[in-house]
Amino acid sequence: MNVALEIDKLVVHRGGRPVLHGISATVQAGTVTGLLGPSGSGKTTLMRAVVGVQKVHSGTVTVAGRPAGSPVLRNEVGYLTQDVSVYDDLTVRENARYFATLHGVPAASADQVVVDVGLGEAAGQLVSTLSGGQRSRASLACALVGSPSILVLDEPTVGQDPVLREELWQRFHELAAAGATLLVSSHVMDEAGRCDRLLLIREGRLIADDTPAAVRAAAGTDDLDQAFLRLIKASAAGDREA
Amino acid sequence: MSARLTIRTAGRILRQLSHDRRTIALLLVVPALLMTLLRYVFDAEPQVFDRAGLVMLGVFPFVIMFLVTSVAMLRERTSGTLERLLTTPIHKLDLLLGYGLAFAVAAAVQAGVVAAVSYGLLGLDTSGSAWLVGMIAIANAVLGMALGLLVSAFARTEFQAVQFMPLIVLPQSLLCGLFVPREQMVGWLHAISNVLPLSYAVQALTEVGAHTDPTGLMWRDFGIIAGAAVLALVLGAATLRRRTA
Repeated sequence: MNVALEIDKLVVHRGGRPVLHGISATVQAGTVTGLLGPSGSGKTTLMRAVVGVQKVHSGTVTVAGRPAGSPVLRNEVGYLTQDVSVYDDLTVRENARYFATLHGVPAASADQVVVDVGLGEAAGQLVSTLSGGQRSRASLACALVGSPSILVLDEPTVGQDPVLREELWQRFHELAAAGATLLVSSHVMDEAGRCDRLLLIREGRLIADDTPAAVRAAAGTDDLDQAFLRLIKASAAGDREA
Repeated sequence: MSARLTIRTAGRILRQLSHDRRTIALLLVVPALLMTLLRYVFDAEPQVFDRAGLVMLGVFPFVIMFLVTSVAMLRERTSGTLERLLTTPIHKLDLLLGYGLAFAVAAAVQAGVVAAVSYGLLGLDTSGSAWLVGMIAIANAVLGMALGLLVSAFARTEFQAVQFMPLIVLPQSLLCGLFVPREQMVGWLHAISNVLPLSYAVQALTEVGAHTDPTGLMWRDFGIIAGAAVLALVLGAATLRRRTA
């Protein structure tokens, strides 16, 4: 297996204080990796560093063999921000087609990806008139449109109903099966169970980097929710003793 | 740099505008309405309307494009679309020139409507050609757009962006020679007005008003406006950072 992402002793400061304290991890190509952790733990910052929009204090992030943010990677990396970042005053189709243009792919593939995220019926609607879940899928369509080999998705399933969540996860695994590498952050633990591998971070430090089965075994419970609570509490207790 | 991405970006911006019917109506109707107002304010003095109306023709696009662009670009920054764009292969200049092209087209349509109303219905009379007035109006619009892009980097909210209008536009309007000839201003004000681009816009328009054929001074002023627009665009490009803290 090829290494798609390599994060080495990554330290990031924001607002004058460190938010990532030397994170190291590798992600294999063709896998779905879940990035989990409490709110404010540094998930989004780590994703921004992988995409190459985050100023880094020290350490390196290597994406497909190149430093994160290299110009050649701009066609390879698709990024879904946590907040919906599409044009409110354009239709779903117009948004997808514009991002298709930027990646040099035809309008037809933009229209296809709109259907893939379940917005075929709403393609002609202005984004400002969509529901929250639809807006976030419109944003997802724009991240998928160039068929990037690395997908960094920050909370892609927030606000989606269970049926759509199921469909989106199926889609993520299809993409991975086709060779893409996905880094997906989530709050929902039943989604964590669907990942090939999990990265759990707490206060800017990696506290678990393993398969869901191994995480369950390490925490001594079959319930991932419980497993994470135990790991986080154990890590917090370690901090107090130190 | 890619001409294709510049044109597609301009198309995207114009499409955004086209979905906003009310903004289009305001863009097209308001300047013509104000011009009509000006015409009847100076009902007894048509030669004053000829001078002031001509200058307004050139200044409207500057003010309006400044406002529209500073808010539009601020939205790109705050909605996250700018950050997203900068993770794609688009070059910063493609984006800025796309904005320039889109708003130049919008300004051309706007200037066309105001000029048609002014020359056709309100009896505006200039020695030089209306086409030259239109050309200068578009250059002013591009300058306003470039300054709007630049100041959007210094505003965090739309409230702040709108406040840059009185800060950047009003002093230039006061000092550009529209209200008091620049030669009659006290020395230090005259000196300040010498470095403000709108002064040259007004001078170029005044030249068109007074001379049948384009003069050397008009072309020089036109060049200064274009140069100021390029400078503001370059400074604006420097504020677009792919990597942020």
